Amino acid sequence: MKHKYLSNVSTLEYNTERCRSCGRCTEVCPHGVFAIEEKKAIVIAKDSCMECGACALNCPAGAIEVKAGVGCAYAIILSWFSGKEPTCGCADEDNDVCCG
Amino acid sequence: MSEEKFCCGFAGCCAAPKIPVVSTSLTAQDILGAWKVRFGIGRMDYTVEPGLYSIGQPDNASPVLVSANYKLTFDTLRKNLCALDCWLLILDTKGVNVWCAAGKGTFGTEELLYRIEKSELAEIVTHRRLILPQLGASGVNSNEILRRCGFSVIFGPVRADDIQKFIACGYTADQEMRIVKFTMRDRLVLTPLELVTAAKISLMVFGVLFLINLFAARPFGMRDFLAYTAAVLIGTVITPVLLPFIPGKAFAFKGWLVGILGTALIIWAYGWFSTPFLLLGLGYMLALPVHSAFLAMNFTGSSTYTSPSGVLKEMKIALPLIILSLLSGLVLILIKTLGG
Ligand code: SF4
Ligand code: SF4
Repeated sequence: MKHKYLSNVSTLEYNTERCRSCGRCTEVCPHGVFAIEEKKAIVIAKDSCMECGACALNCPAGAIEVKAGVGCAYAIILSWFSGKEPTCGCADEDNDVCCG
Repeated sequence: MSEEKFCCGFAGCCAAPKIPVVSTSLTAQDILGAWKVRFGIGRMDYTVEPGLYSIGQPDNASPVLVSANYKLTFDTLRKNLCALDCWLLILDTKGVNVWCAAGKGTFGTEELLYRIEKSELAEIVTHRRLILPQLGASGVNSNEILRRCGFSVIFGPVRADDIQKFIACGYTADQEMRIVKFTMRDRLVLTPLELVTAAKISLMVFGVLFLINLFAARPFGMRDFLAYTAAVLIGTVITPVLLPFIPGKAFAFKGWLVGILGTALIIWAYGWFSTPFLLLGLGYMLALPVHSAFLAMNFTGSSTYTSPSGVLKEMKIALPLIILSLLSGLVLILIKTLGG
């Protein structure tokens, strides 16, 4: 069964003009958000985007922007107390909550 | 290094004389170790030494696979490499799996460049190709790797058990291999850790209840304990396992929904919806389902599909409601407990 999370929240932005048709975004995205159509990347499933940032980091043309981060409630709560950006805390000594 | 159980010798390559050869079969000890980390025992030091390893009898044309130094990741990978001759370049991710480490940046561009240089990989292989796990892509900038050290990065499949197929197909992955799944089995193996974490917090709750019992007109007993335990199980095990089958999208809502059904059933079975216990019954109806909701919301951290923007939105709506409902429930329960 396919998982569905909240719609219309992803910060993913894609600029077709810049695309160089390398296909890297379709290779790295773990949720099939991109596809190649008529030699250009297109966004086919924006609501599946989990904002991992892989596409933006690896696009050679700088055509993709996304505010990447960890989708973890616990990390976000910790960040409210620490005042820092939320990070996946799995490697910190006193925290063994997230990530298998 | 030679003491490591998974090593079965050293590859006698002249350029780099001491590259450990890795076995592709897991021992009973490896499997026991995997279960221990799933329950959160000794989880933080379950690592392997970073560096270059060999599988089978690789030569200068054999593929190079890159992975993390979390032993569970390492074991899953080598188990899937039997009958293959290849090199394994292990990055120092501080014992964290590839995906989390990529998010943190430890499975990252700089670390990869450093390991390539330190292992003298360019002298060991004549080709210039690296196969990275796809989930490492959020930490590694492949353009930068190519530009700075001449190795081109190919992102392999998401799951290690597709690697043989991926290599056999000439380094191409079909759409199926590219998509992250989150099967019931995936979710099930994550639940022990959720449960252990919740149990640690529960010990504090029990401590407080014990103190209250010293003054209580109606002390907490076995029935209260069972209702509470059910709420914890609903949030940490039942909701995660049944996740896609529960209506709604937000994890907190899913947890609350199962929580309210479960709690209602228990309270009804106890007969706490009738007059002498009504206050207590209502108190639990307010306090316990939101406890399940909170625990379920924490499972977003283990899920493979929740975006930070989505989680933030969910939390902004759910947290105030959870706190409000919890506090009003606790007030009702305390009135009954102290007042009798
Ligand atoms: S990675 Fe960038 S340039 Fe390449 S296809 Fe995708 S959007 Fe286009
Ligand atoms: S941020 Fe991640 S999930 Fe979203 S489109 Fe890019 S690669 Fe896919």
